[in-house]
Amino acid sequence: MPIDDQDPRSKERFQWIEKFRKVKPMILESPKTSAQHDATPRTRTREVTSGLEPYTGPWEEAQARHLLARTLFGIKKYELDHFKGLSAGEAVDKILTPSEPPPPPVNDYNGIEADAVDPNVKLGESWLQAPHGGDKEGYRVVSLKTWQIKNIIRQETNIHEKMILFWNNLLVTKVWDVYIAKASFHYYDMLRRNALGNYKSLIRELTLDPSMLIFLNGTKNAKGAPDENFGRELQELFCIGKGPGSKYTEGDVQAAARVLTGWGIDWTPYDNAGTFKAGFYADRHDDTDKQFSSFYNNKIITGNGANELDDLLDMIIGHEETSKYICRRLYSFFVYNDISETVEQNVIEPLAEIFRSNDYEITPVLRALFTSEHFYDPLNKGVLIKSPAEHLLGLWKTFDVKSSNENELPLNYIVRRSMHWHMANLGMEMGDPPNVAGWTPYYQAPQYDKAWITTDTITKRAITTDSLLYWGFWISSEIKINADIIGFVYKLDDPSNPSELLKESATLLLGLDLSDTVMNNLKSVLLSGQLNDAYWTTAWNDFKASPSDPNKKSIVQSRLQATFKQMLQLGEYHLM
Amino acid sequence: MKRRTFLHRASHALAAPAVMGSFGFTSSRRFSSFLRAQAESGKVLVLIYLQGGNDGLNTVIPLDQLSALNLVRPHVILPENKLLPISGTELAFHPALDGFSTLYKEGKLKIIQSVGYPEQNYSHFRSTDIWMSGSDSDQLVSSGWPGRYLNHEYPDYPEGFPNATDPDPLSIEIGYGSSMLFQGPATSMSMVLKDPTSFHELIDNVEEESPDTYAGDKLKHIRLTARQSQLYGEVVKQAANKVTSQQHYPDNNELAQQLKIVARLISGGLKTPLYMVRLGGFDTHAAQVMASDHTLGEHASLLADLDNAVKAFMNDIEFMGLGDNVLGMTFSEFGRRIISNASLGTDHGAAAPLFVFGNQVEKGVLGTNPVIPAAATFKDNLPWQFDFRQVYGSVLEQWFGMQLQDRASVLMSDFSTLPIIGEDVITAVRPDVEQSRLKVYPNPVAEMATIDFISSGAPMKIEAIDMLGRPVGHIFSGVLAHGNQSLQWNTRELPAGNYYVLMQSESTRRTVGVVKLN
Repeated sequence: MPIDDQDPRSKERFQWIEKFRKVKPMILESPKTSAQHDATPRTRTREVTSGLEPYTGPWEEAQARHLLARTLFGIKKYELDHFKGLSAGEAVDKILTPSEPPPPPVNDYNGIEADAVDPNVKLGESWLQAPHGGDKEGYRVVSLKTWQIKNIIRQETNIHEKMILFWNNLLVTKVWDVYIAKASFHYYDMLRRNALGNYKSLIRELTLDPSMLIFLNGTKNAKGAPDENFGRELQELFCIGKGPGSKYTEGDVQAAARVLTGWGIDWTPYDNAGTFKAGFYADRHDDTDKQFSSFYNNKIITGNGANELDDLLDMIIGHEETSKYICRRLYSFFVYNDISETVEQNVIEPLAEIFRSNDYEITPVLRALFTSEHFYDPLNKGVLIKSPAEHLLGLWKTFDVKSSNENELPLNYIVRRSMHWHMANLGMEMGDPPNVAGWTPYYQAPQYDKAWITTDTITKRAITTDSLLYWGFWISSEIKINADIIGFVYKLDDPSNPSELLKESATLLLGLDLSDTVMNNLKSVLLSGQLNDAYWTTAWNDFKASPSDPNKKSIVQSRLQATFKQMLQLGEYHLM
Repeated sequence: MKRRTFLHRASHALAAPAVMGSFGFTSSRRFSSFLRAQAESGKVLVLIYLQGGNDGLNTVIPLDQLSALNLVRPHVILPENKLLPISGTELAFHPALDGFSTLYKEGKLKIIQSVGYPEQNYSHFRSTDIWMSGSDSDQLVSSGWPGRYLNHEYPDYPEGFPNATDPDPLSIEIGYGSSMLFQGPATSMSMVLKDPTSFHELIDNVEEESPDTYAGDKLKHIRLTARQSQLYGEVVKQAANKVTSQQHYPDNNELAQQLKIVARLISGGLKTPLYMVRLGGFDTHAAQVMASDHTLGEHASLLADLDNAVKAFMNDIEFMGLGDNVLGMTFSEFGRRIISNASLGTDHGAAAPLFVFGNQVEKGVLGTNPVIPAAATFKDNLPWQFDFRQVYGSVLEQWFGMQLQDRASVLMSDFSTLPIIGEDVITAVRPDVEQSRLKVYPNPVAEMATIDFISSGAPMKIEAIDMLGRPVGHIFSGVLAHGNQSLQWNTRELPAGNYYVLMQSESTRRTVGVVKLN
């Protein structure tokens, strides 16, 4: 196929996508500001003034929990046990150790409904090399998205999956817009390989990523009529940002776009086996000199074909503003959204310095942040609101929710597809942020992550937790999946002691400590209003002695259901 | 046509002919009008859960058993001269229940003796589940009987609720955490108000305190949003705000404060037909009474709270002119042991009396006094006379006008009902069949009796039941032409004693007391 901007994707794809995309993308807007909903933090709130100096306080459950809550999706009991036994340094090293790549996605959808038949790929086989699936491509797209969900709920105890979400939100492509699953897999794989690596390498690969070239029109960017889309976002969203020190000009956007002319993809793998690759097509490249503004020290990138790319990226990434912007984004993702003058000075600037002096390696920045006095300040505890991923997938992981047959491919597909659309209903469709800036709660001041919580989503979140506890998370009219709440409690240190059971569960599930009053209220639910702890202890021990007795099981189960229903509807549950 | 009239006719047009057939779950919405009809007529049931197992023998004392009681429960026995005798019976109230005593005299309180169930379970948890679910002792059911009732009436809930027809919560419970009571087969049917404080927060827009930190700021946002998302928050608030004055309720009385809210919401026009409130602490293993004075102590103060709360509630409801619309009922997971223990308390037991109160109750006492064995040991417990589900069935039937087969589906079995609500009230539910004029004569009867009544022309059943509500003799079932009818009833095989003749059809229920002579 000739190399040009002729996109072979059928116009019919919008109807095909309609069929798969059951949930209209929801953009969480900041609610109207009112007296009740003051959007900005109140002035009376206290500020964290500590900086990057190494944390020297005790390493106990509270610190281990905070590190895990911010770097994982949900905390399992054994993870917390293990991490509180380490030193701070060991814990952070372990969190920053990347995982081996997970097994790639396969056809797990053939046969789930009458027309779910991939034209090229059999059940259980990989679709990564296959020609485009046309109207069936949507199955692969969902397969990719649900594969991401699987990777998250089966994550190892490290930051890797969280970093992929961080980069996905920062360096956005939209999987449905691209509608070529193998190209989007390439994008995810690229994020995974670079998630804890070098930021310059990441941006270089991103620039040449086939799905990014499609998504931000790099394939259409040619001399004579440059498409500025990527050249703009490269600066505005991926590197320089819109901070107070960001002063690049429209001229810089145009110049960057001209540098990038000529980069495109070979469309051959669209109708054929194989993977997409970027290529440089010199005849489409604008080989004239590109003049940048004073923001970039009036740099001129002279016409030099494909080599101009590295000049451009060195110039943009090398600007101090990029290091600050990335550190701000990391800070607001992992610590707290709103960055004050004090934090800018005490945390962001020294962090950016570390970023630069380590040649844009990401891990040293994260290590400095996660070992700092600032990160473990008690005021930073519970200060972020769980995204739908942390809420649903985190809860799924913490409760170790299992479908009836974990090895059955189509069942897994159906289950995770349901989870995927449920998350979309909560405002976060995996792989498809609402726009190129990412999900609004991650960047939209002043509301930030408060936007995850609306009267609609909070009701749906309660439906998630209630249904997991009671009638089963809805997968289809035949399949409903319950959390094994007894199994969860069973693994706690002392489930026969009501106070310990609640305290341990709250530590794993909630972002803030509960007051004694609320704890006592929860206990009264567990005890069905009885005043003596021994009634629970007896009931639990009776169950433990004869776990197959349905009567004894039902006694403890119904109380745990009511108790956890209540706990998971507390405001504290939504914090992390 | 008014909607209620329409529903009324529709339900008749669709009525199943096989009244006395088998009672499977009905999937149709055939009778879904009834609760709404009730809601429109403002009928409310308030369930008072006495948590912990109330000591029935020190609540309603069988005076004819006092000598045995003195022997077997010396640590907690109440002095006879302090008891409040119930006239016309050999019973007396605990001295703390003077309000109940007055209600009884006014004909607004019904006492049902020895309510329990076969194969009593002595675990608080399990027995609470049994009472709330209405299951058999060995049957595991995870929904509550009112939950199933509401689900039967509103099978689509919560999809599309609230709406213009049903704007109000289907049920409201006050307490931290939702109980099994209002758990339907698939979803919870209740709005939960944690406690009086959270109610006042809701209606007064008071905020829960959140810490003075960034985290507290987020928490505040979540809580506010959660409150705004309360589907029923606004209607509850509006109802509450319509009520500007209420009668006095005692402070420092947890139950009274809950009932005050219930009265306020009813009075404010909320059409919610079911409420549950709770009073905890009845698990009086020790210090049930004070050693120096058995009329004081933990149990006495709990009963005083109950008494004062119900008294204030009835007074308030009457003041608001709603006395005829409200029915109250107490329940507890079990009574306590016949014998007392040395810690001045009593251990878990079995059957116990249950109270139903309201202007519309059929006054009096149902059942006979329990018999206390003078040689009772820790193994002995009071046997039940009435199955608790007979009481539920009676309330569904006589207060909510629920059909026999629907009751049977909600209660999972066809329990005989008891006369709980006064006749005129029962029939008010079905004005077209109230003219049945059931008469039995001679009465007392020795051999043959004549039963006169007006047939509605619908399928019906007439039978004799004993004081426990158990059927003891089948008299007639089938269809009789509309109009005056007369049947002969041979009572020769029936042992001497007190009975009811019960006539019921799909839409009505009548009873007449009959005394059988030797």
